[in-house]
Amino acid sequence: MSTTLIVGASLAGMHAAKTLRTEGHDGPIILVDSDVDFPYDRPPLSKQILTGEWDAERIALPVAQEDLGLDLRLGVRATFLSLESHVVDLVATSGDTESVTYDSLIIATGAAARHLPGTAGIDGVHVVRTLQDSLALREELEAMPSRVVVIGAGFIGAEVASSCRKRGLDVTLIEALPLPLERILGPVIGEVCAQVHRENGVDLRLGVGVDHLDTVTVDGRQRVVGVTLTDGASVPAEIVVVGIGVTVNTGWLDGSGLNLDDGVVCDGTLSAGPGVAACGDIARYPSARFGQMLRIEHWEHAIAGGGAAARRVLADERGSAPESFDPVPWFWSDQYDRKIQLAGRPAPGDRCEIVHGSLEEFRFVALYGRGDQLVGVLGMNRPRHVVQLRALFDEGVSFSEALLRASAL
Amino acid sequence: MGHDGAQLSRPEWKGNTMRIVVDFDLCESNAVCMGIAPEVFEVREDDFLYVLDENPPESMRAKMEESVQRCPKQAISIID
Repeated sequence: MSTTLIVGASLAGMHAAKTLRTEGHDGPIILVDSDVDFPYDRPPLSKQILTGEWDAERIALPVAQEDLGLDLRLGVRATFLSLESHVVDLVATSGDTESVTYDSLIIATGAAARHLPGTAGIDGVHVVRTLQDSLALREELEAMPSRVVVIGAGFIGAEVASSCRKRGLDVTLIEALPLPLERILGPVIGEVCAQVHRENGVDLRLGVGVDHLDTVTVDGRQRVVGVTLTDGASVPAEIVVVGIGVTVNTGWLDGSGLNLDDGVVCDGTLSAGPGVAACGDIARYPSARFGQMLRIEHWEHAIAGGGAAARRVLADERGSAPESFDPVPWFWSDQYDRKIQLAGRPAPGDRCEIVHGSLEEFRFVALYGRGDQLVGVLGMNRPRHVVQLRALFDEGVSFSEALLRASAL
Repeated sequence: MGHDGAQLSRPEWKGNTMRIVVDFDLCESNAVCMGIAPEVFEVREDDFLYVLDENPPESMRAKMEESVQRCPKQAISIID
């Protein structure tokens, strides 16, 4: 019986474990995760956990609660991988070390929130990536701070701003780009996103960055009291939430011999090496569909990737043909009473056509094209239409054909 | 969105053992389920989810399990 080691027991790693079992792998499955909290779902961390609608127990991953006969070790960090010996070195929070020899390895260590440089040790400054992050921020929000400044109007920053507004707090949202999400959604939709924030009472500052935080020192502890922006403006802030993206957790793989380049570089089947696959936020792979290397941080992608990584290592074990992995990225974000849904991978310069609904009503569907290739389907509060148009990717429909189909909906 | 959807088919005995249940307190009409199995799930123009067939045949089990897994709100259950 072969032993599979999965490093990272969040969404991707847990789905890899489940898939191993459903595909008939009966041998030991060891999962390790440096997080001490029981495997949980991340999307509610910027939404229902922050608003207080849900408590932590509500977000336990259902797949982690199934009886799969897993050896799950929480609070255990991987520190080194030897591809040659098939060994991963581990260290527990207690300081105890151990080395695990695997037959197959699945890497799912994901990513960590980026911090604002120079802000370590300042009270009142938060990121939102882990359950502990979210609970710590919630506790400070419950004290009804006079103003929350959110840095970064990407999806995390936008959702945090929305959750703070739901709590009745004043929010200033800072975005370095000229428009929120402009690099992904383009200027037309970016402008709509900006309007949605303003309609919901957010003080939105575009095209500016943070110069420095203003702090006071009380009883030896530094605490944020404001944010000075690059345009010279000063915004008072009791709480600062930083949503400026993530860095991949590949540090432990330095020296392993794996190809690391903003993620674990895999082939089109998610194989990173013999007997090794990667999945989730950490996996970079070639997409034939988009003609480029992709590293996708979406929820559904982690589930699909976990399943594919499991099947990939099983293919090595069984000597069967591996399957290619190239799903259409799928993403959603809930902000205020709006639901944004995106299928595909639009990029700057892509054509954006509104094919349904009204931008003014914040209820519409847009298609993105690159040449005559359909590269994106975006909807705001039009789930029925988005899902129907999303299917066009599987049909291999061109952008011009997609526009015709959309007009018939 | 999607809080007052409906289960439309009567639970008559059709010889199918699977029962699909949606928790409409959780459902937010992401419509991922509709994309997987439009024969069973439909998000309509009113933005609410309607379960068209509460007892789909066994041949649909894989799609039903995929719907359960990919629902962003984990709002779907299969009762055997």
